Amino acid sequence: MSTPETTTQETETETTGHGDISVGVTTAGTSGDATASATRITPGNALRPEDIALAVSRGTAKPTEDVAEFALRLGDDALILAQRLGHWISRAPELEEDIALGNIALDQLGHARSFLSYAGGLNGKSEDELAYFRSEDEFRSVELFEQPNGDFAVTIARQFVVSYYQFELYRRLTQSADATLAGIAAKAVKEVDYHRDHSAQWVLRLALGTDESRRKMIHGFKVIWPYVDELFADDDLTARLAAAGAAVEPSSLRADFDRLTGEVLAEAELEVPQVPAALGGGRRGKHSEHLGYMLAEMQVLARQHPGASW
Amino acid sequence: MASQTLQSVPAEGTPGRQEISAEEAARHEAEGQAYFDRVMAEDSRIEPRDWMPAAYRKTLIRQISQHAHSEIIGMQPEANWISRAPSLKRKAILMAKVQDEAGHGLYLYSAAETLGQPRDQMMQDLMDGKAKYSSIFNYPARTWADMGAIGWMVDGAAIANQVPLCRASFGPYGRAMVRVCKEESFHQRQGFEILLELSHGTPEQKQMAQEAVNRWYAPALMMFGPPDDDSPNSKQSMAWNIKRFSNDELRNRFVGMMMEQVKVLDLTLPDKDIRFNEETKKWEHGPLDWDEFHEVLKGRGPCNAQRLERRREAHENGTWVREAAAAYAAKQAKKQAEEEAA
Repeated sequence: MSTPETTTQETETETTGHGDISVGVTTAGTSGDATASATRITPGNALRPEDIALAVSRGTAKPTEDVAEFALRLGDDALILAQRLGHWISRAPELEEDIALGNIALDQLGHARSFLSYAGGLNGKSEDELAYFRSEDEFRSVELFEQPNGDFAVTIARQFVVSYYQFELYRRLTQSADATLAGIAAKAVKEVDYHRDHSAQWVLRLALGTDESRRKMIHGFKVIWPYVDELFADDDLTARLAAAGAAVEPSSLRADFDRLTGEVLAEAELEVPQVPAALGGGRRGKHSEHLGYMLAEMQVLARQHPGASW
Repeated sequence: MASQTLQSVPAEGTPGRQEISAEEAARHEAEGQAYFDRVMAEDSRIEPRDWMPAAYRKTLIRQISQHAHSEIIGMQPEANWISRAPSLKRKAILMAKVQDEAGHGLYLYSAAETLGQPRDQMMQDLMDGKAKYSSIFNYPARTWADMGAIGWMVDGAAIANQVPLCRASFGPYGRAMVRVCKEESFHQRQGFEILLELSHGTPEQKQMAQEAVNRWYAPALMMFGPPDDDSPNSKQSMAWNIKRFSNDELRNRFVGMMMEQVKVLDLTLPDKDIRFNEETKKWEHGPLDWDEFHEVLKGRGPCNAQRLERRREAHENGTWVREAAAAYAAKQAKKQAEEEAA
């Protein structure tokens, strides 16, 4: 994946003029180093969804069909999670968590906007057209992300799995042959590193806090774990992208995911739950019953006023 | 700076103050009062460790905690629209705004804590209905345009109220307000921008915007508090350099600001009596329904029960989480102490 293709090199050069889309791609550390703070990116270097939309509209960044489909998957994952997490704002166990979960939701929404803006570049669709005017079976998120918040332990269990998975994925995507994917990942990986820290700390607190919290944490993992395998399922698309150096096979993330989550679970004196994996199918538009309700709520106003600007 | 010396020179009412003789206490009191009076005369600042009159402390705890509660309850009407925001950009802005409000609540609770009032107690008073919060949040946010009207008018009124508080005589409060005001001005701008987009959009969008402005106008004006001749606490607060301008003065100034901005929005304010009085050089507005204000204040607004119940529910659902965090922290501290001893 280290040899960028000719077309993507052009993209990289073209896009550096506004927002420096390639910054971070070569310098992003693999994990938690001192320079990896998301808050230290200077405004001029931060990659914003608007930069991507602009690059796409000018034609300086255009995804291949495969990359667009892949960006749609990652964008939908992040969007659906942001929608779920947003519900906690004003309902969290303490004010600090209203802020923390709100921040994580905002990060995810930012990643979603970037990925969707890029995915839309294939057919000239905006992030909002993709978010608000697709139906359930057109969404490509895996089922984990649409799982209900449940109690705080369920949300933390979901966050724990998501953040360790996303970290491993984005870390590798910083080396993508597709400069835009690499740019989005370079920004996202730094933020997701904080999400890992947040969820791991809560796993420890809840698992080792009181009897009640331990019981709930164990229950939370049991509820969430059936949806873990789907994250690491390869298919034809990921095989082609991996061969092209644009992405990696999801299965290749599994060993690192298992090792790193295993370390935290061991410290928390927890076992990986022995539960059957759900069949899944989100990448092909086959979703659980939850997604329909989420989209109904998310899309209602936009669909009442088609074509309106907000 | 203040917190570093909080323990060494305990102020009145703070824990850790040692028993002293009556004579010493009287001398301490007299010296404290003299210092306090000098600070007021110089329009300088009182810090948490300084002596202050009990009534000054009480007034500040009441005002700062009410302000914090308003931020926390005020999250609800806006959080109501996070899931339905009509574009992803608006969703992100709204999330960030509601998150800012949680942050404001935190700074303010922290400022009140420097006066010796624990956050848990303030939160409990809120949930028990003993503490007040800004009445305006007892009105429902019915349409998306309310996100615009709340930002433009409610946050606008808050800014008009709060900018002078940056100079409040109690240091932690004034400093918290500096940061709060910076963020509030972003909030107001985003509200204005929402309304501008709507009022220049489809006819349905424009109507939505006008209706929201109509609904929030009077409650926003009443945010400045009762008319001056019916505001018993104002005079003392002004003498203590907490409050700088009277309720009516701030309200009139705010009306003038809105009159300019509503023209840009191409909307109208639902008040035919607004005029600039050439003699007094002040803006004037039509009569406000103060009976409704008092009704809402007494708990009979459209959303009082809903707002408090939501706060209680979140707090109660979070009890086991806070207990777990405390238990884990205690275990970690014990473990560390044992390791150090070994």
